[in-house]
Amino acid sequence: MDLLKRYIPVLFLLGLVIGIQLMTHFTGTGYYLTQLTMSAYYSVVVIGLCVLMGYGGQISLGHAGFFAIGGYLAGALTTHNLMPFKDYGLITFLDRTGMLVASKDLYGGDLLTVEPWAACITAVLAAGIIAFTIGGPVLKLKGHYLAMATLGFGIIIYRIGLATQYFGEADGISEVPGFKLLPGIEVSGSFGARVLNYYIAWAVVIVAVILLLNLIHSRVGRALRSIHGAEEAANAMGVNTSRYKLYIFVLSAVFAALAGVLVTHYNGGIGPSEAGVMKSVRYVAIVAVGGMANIWGALIMGIVLNFLSLRGVFGSYDDAVFGIILIVIMLFAPQGILKINPWQQVKSFFSVLAAERGEDTADS
Amino acid sequence: MALLEIQNLNRRFGGLKAVNNVSFNVEQGSIKAVIGPNGAGKTTLFNLIAGNLPANSGKIYFNHAQINGQKPYQIAKQGISRTYQNIKLFHGMTALENVMLGRHIRSRAGFIAGMLNLPWTWPEEKEIRDKAQEYLNLLGVAECADTEISNLSFGQQRGVEFARALATEPTLLLLDEPAAGLNIYETAEIGRLITKIKESGITVLLVEHDMSLVMDISDEIVVLSFGEKIAEDLPHNIQQNEEVIRIYLGDEDA
Repeated sequence: MDLLKRYIPVLFLLGLVIGIQLMTHFTGTGYYLTQLTMSAYYSVVVIGLCVLMGYGGQISLGHAGFFAIGGYLAGALTTHNLMPFKDYGLITFLDRTGMLVASKDLYGGDLLTVEPWAACITAVLAAGIIAFTIGGPVLKLKGHYLAMATLGFGIIIYRIGLATQYFGEADGISEVPGFKLLPGIEVSGSFGARVLNYYIAWAVVIVAVILLLNLIHSRVGRALRSIHGAEEAANAMGVNTSRYKLYIFVLSAVFAALAGVLVTHYNGGIGPSEAGVMKSVRYVAIVAVGGMANIWGALIMGIVLNFLSLRGVFGSYDDAVFGIILIVIMLFAPQGILKINPWQQVKSFFSVLAAERGEDTADS
Repeated sequence: MALLEIQNLNRRFGGLKAVNNVSFNVEQGSIKAVIGPNGAGKTTLFNLIAGNLPANSGKIYFNHAQINGQKPYQIAKQGISRTYQNIKLFHGMTALENVMLGRHIRSRAGFIAGMLNLPWTWPEEKEIRDKAQEYLNLLGVAECADTEISNLSFGQQRGVEFARALATEPTLLLLDEPAAGLNIYETAEIGRLITKIKESGITVLLVEHDMSLVMDISDEIVVLSFGEKIAEDLPHNIQQNEEVIRIYLGDEDA
């Protein structure tokens, strides 16, 4: 019964995803699918962050950093030619175990690069390990201090991307090949694969949503919420609060890194702007608009706002818009935009008026 | 050996000796009360036992194992549960969910099992829920089960906190002023409840200001004043103890 209630919205989402695709097909507006695909990937970051912030009560202003770790590593590993190092023991070993693929570059030269699956696993693992390493000390901090520390981490990753030749400096990495998930199913930006990629992205989102919905309704989810509610009491109930905070931090970092990997293969590249501080602020703003402890809210807002942003609706004020959204939400709707009930407000407005009337007549 | 043994425990805050060389035992199956004027170090003592504060020196043994130096969650797992003077419930969660947290150490589903919603966790979840509801019933706050905790009255919150502490099935229950803010009827109710808890085999150590409650239910009383233990005796002897009367009522000359 509870389970049914949990999964019905997922089915609804699935229907919506298919419906939108069909609609774009019949109206000839298939170009929307590109932005919807990217929005879907960004939403994976957002819902992971939503569980960390809304349920675990820990803020992170460094999630664009984890996204970038995933994207940059996957991009670099699958594009840099290992041919010159062919005779090194490690490379030979990797080649023999099938972790490398040989191909031809544009000019017919031999290319030897890491297989996308191996690169993806490496990238996501690296993000997880980095999150685990910095999470230990950083999550001892609370509130503003945690925000500052994670912000610092994000800036470091941004600067590393910008300064390292291996990661393409200011140009980033381009010509990233597609990522064959299964035979015939490839994450790539090629025109013919647009519909397929739309469905791949949404399949990833749906799996991520189901995993996180399960998690927050489990014993672990309850423990995370208790940390948010009263950390000291949670500890006294036997919850290893520091370990739970660390694990949820790592989990959300892994979600961000996975999204980074997939976006990089989809776009065929990644640049330093993906690691920028403003991206992290954007993710936090979206979680706030969605209502913090609300996976569906975060997902809906993640899709809507990212879609509008990618369509260029906000123009060159893009980052400013997200800043304004954050301020307005904190001031007027700290429970998230979906919790605003206009009818309720109208009713309470009139009931106040009516009450004042009543008092007037009582006086006279 | 006693269930809880406190040996030469010390805790200083700067120059203040909040707990000064305190030793006493709590016997299995008894109710022991710690009393003393405000600032006597009672709550500090509780925080030392529960692991919220490290001691400067001294030892605490629980069930033959030394527990000072351990983290609160480790101590909780060994069977010590507590309530707080200023109620500490989990906001944003319902009363039932709060009590379900009390079952945390009695269940084991982790991150992976939770994310995949593995079938073996289902009966566990059901048991957590059922047990939590039982404890809410026991405390007479069953009707609050689905209410968010901040919408409950003070008395109901106290009941939920009590239920949460009991839901861990502790060996030793630490109660920090369980009757604070309650009227005389509710206090009498709490007294009966604590006696019932003792009869179910749980040892109770409580800090309390309400003397009639303490004298009624305690098997033994420890009196603290300015961090030092000044008396440890049966309730009716404590009532006669001149030192205790002096610190509570002041000197005749004063």
